[in-house]
Amino acid sequence: MTRPLQRPKRKDPLKKTRVPLLPQGVRSRTALGLTAAAAEGRFRLQVCADCAAVIYPPRDACPRCLSARLPFRDVDNRGTLLAETTIRTSTDVYFRERMPWRIGTVQLDAGPSIVAHLHGDLREGERTRLQLKIDKSGQAIAMALPAEDTPNMADDPQWRELTCDPKFRRVLITDGRTAVGQALAEAVSEAGASVIFVGVADPWKPFPGEGRLRKIERVEIVALDLTDTISVNECAGEFAPRVDILINTAEYVRTGGLIDRKGLTVAREELEMRYFGLTRLAQAFGPVLRARGADGVNSAAAFVNLLSVYALVNWPAYGAFSATEAACLSAAQSLRAELRQGGVKVLNAFFGPLETEWYQAVPPPKVAPSALARAVVRALQQGLEDVFVGDIAEDIRARLAVDPKALERELGS
Amino acid sequence: MRQPYDGIVIAAPVTIPYRRYSTNTAHWWVGRAVREVVQRAGLRSSDIDGLSLSSFTVGPDTAIGLTQHLGLSPRWLDHVPLGGASGVVALRRAARAVQCGDAEFVVCVAGDTNQVDSFRRMLSTFSRFAQDAVYPYGSGGPNSGFALITRNYMKHYGATREDFGKICVAQRDNALKFPHALMKKPLTLDEYLGARAISDPIHLFDCVMPCAGAEAFLVCREDVAKGQGIPAARLLATIERHNAFPDDPIQYRGGWAMDLPEFYAMAGVTADDVDFVQTYDDYPVICMMQMEDLGFCAKGEGPDFVRSHTLTADGSFPHNTSGGQLSVGQAGAAGGFLGLVEAVRQVTGESLGAAVPDAKIGLVSGFGMITYDRGLASGAALLAGGGA
Repeated sequence: MTRPLQRPKRKDPLKKTRVPLLPQGVRSRTALGLTAAAAEGRFRLQVCADCAAVIYPPRDACPRCLSARLPFRDVDNRGTLLAETTIRTSTDVYFRERMPWRIGTVQLDAGPSIVAHLHGDLREGERTRLQLKIDKSGQAIAMALPAEDTPNMADDPQWRELTCDPKFRRVLITDGRTAVGQALAEAVSEAGASVIFVGVADPWKPFPGEGRLRKIERVEIVALDLTDTISVNECAGEFAPRVDILINTAEYVRTGGLIDRKGLTVAREELEMRYFGLTRLAQAFGPVLRARGADGVNSAAAFVNLLSVYALVNWPAYGAFSATEAACLSAAQSLRAELRQGGVKVLNAFFGPLETEWYQAVPPPKVAPSALARAVVRALQQGLEDVFVGDIAEDIRARLAVDPKALERELGS
Repeated sequence: MRQPYDGIVIAAPVTIPYRRYSTNTAHWWVGRAVREVVQRAGLRSSDIDGLSLSSFTVGPDTAIGLTQHLGLSPRWLDHVPLGGASGVVALRRAARAVQCGDAEFVVCVAGDTNQVDSFRRMLSTFSRFAQDAVYPYGSGGPNSGFALITRNYMKHYGATREDFGKICVAQRDNALKFPHALMKKPLTLDEYLGARAISDPIHLFDCVMPCAGAEAFLVCREDVAKGQGIPAARLLATIERHNAFPDDPIQYRGGWAMDLPEFYAMAGVTADDVDFVQTYDDYPVICMMQMEDLGFCAKGEGPDFVRSHTLTADGSFPHNTSGGQLSVGQAGAAGGFLGLVEAVRQVTGESLGAAVPDAKIGLVSGFGMITYDRGLASGAALLAGGGA
């Protein structure tokens, strides 16, 4: 049985902060197929297109028929733990400070044997579910879980190394004026976050939902204006060392493309709030997050971006908006590589049109702010890198994978 | 039926005394071993027309670079990067080269250095599968991989830590008489059982100690060895197999089991005729597996076999008579030569330590290269004395 996690004590400021170390993150190019699957929480292995053999470790030729057609496909993740060991000494500095560490050989029902990290509630001989997760190096590893959920299973130390669970972590939500920001405050509070700092520009100005927001347990409203570098720096100066998960809820949604907007005023405001807002947050909070990636139970864990799915492909009805979102996505990819050095994840949540005033004229299906908030919390609990929320987001993603050019035309007509 | 190795012998068994850490390069160790083979065989280095090299740490060089480094001009050259199977594989290739006249004097050499951080660096880049699918899992090195194999074997066949301990303790007894062993202190079963856990059920004395060292031998025709006046061992049979039984979900047997009938048939002997056995002992469970797969007992009877025999050089089943890697140390690829070099010494009456009484026929086994979850390479050779 997993011992429930203890609320971390207040940190002695004189104590050295443990430097974040990473497990080895070098992989063959083919093995990155596992990383792609893990980023979205899928269990995919190579399956030979010619003889259907399920293959592991990743290869470039099928060991049964020598075919080179080895795409990654969803595979049944059930199996049996044949043997386990508890590693007590390691040559690697990351694992050395995390000993003892359990691994085992899992025989998948689908065929291959996989050496995997073991959840503490799984024992030799038992049935298991394998999951692919992203480890601190940013690469995929396999983790074997008990066949059925167990009490407190998310508190297992080997599991928590792989997730960004808000439980006992301190969260900053950067814009509490938005419906999504408020829904997220509620969701992370329910998930057990120990403090939820909610940024509000000019907090003395009342705003819709304020009463409810203030009633959420452990919420603390803080002054934060993402369009103002000084405000962001001041907020970071006071709170950055106590922020383990940063969720950027800034939004700026306006309709229209490039031609019909007069001048650059709206475009500038859009960029100020979204692209430069993100840049300000990265510069002010990034260094501290990156330094605190191994700082105990409430180590820095994640930087969350909420991105319109039209960051991936432009929707001319919201053309200028889509362009700004694309800039934010590109920045998020850079940020992901930069924060990885500290073992901190960047989670991108892609959503379709929201059930808010800014998408008033858009027909359903639309995403309720509470649904987006729940999806983000779930993705943090699972340690994902990319999550697609709602039917539109899933649909855009699927069509993009098939034919990006066709999708461009469809969205523009 | 395969052609026998008639008229081919192995001579000049050389061990360059191991060191835990060395500031010297692999080239230095290899050079010393080649020199000693040449001297012991009464040759000049210009006589060497065949070279076979095994080394993990000689990079960026390979065998070809070593020819210039050592000033040799061989007409036959081989590089055998097969870890624990290197010795047997190098031997069988060299034997055919000599037999066919492609070379007259082949020096087979294995040498590695061990610098303070070289073992860790080797583990993380050992193979693509290790990089993708092993090292990120706790980075326990071979200890954790063999722990899983050991755990599974214990569960299925009832082997106990005491059984493995008996193998290790007997090897230490042998090693105490072998001047080049790094382990100089006696080991009791209690000490074995009480040692700290490394990766359960692997404990400290189940593990070899990485070190620097070199081993080498000469392959030539029997009449040539006679002419040089050097003792030599005859080669009766060999087998080699890689990636055997790939569908076994976890390793409980090695490639020997695929080729065993041919092995003894080629030599014209049976397992009962074997006077001593040098198994590849990276972990004692692998020794036990070899006792089964080489025909000394049936699969699953390894534990009983160990319980019913004494394993020291003077025992009922003389095994790893120099102390094996577990007590001598594992000098990288030289670990794959250690048993073979010792076997040559035993059958030619040149033992440096615990001599097996009346040793006529010896079996040497090699095993190596755990690139993912199992050892891939296996091989074995039967040697006999009276070659020169």
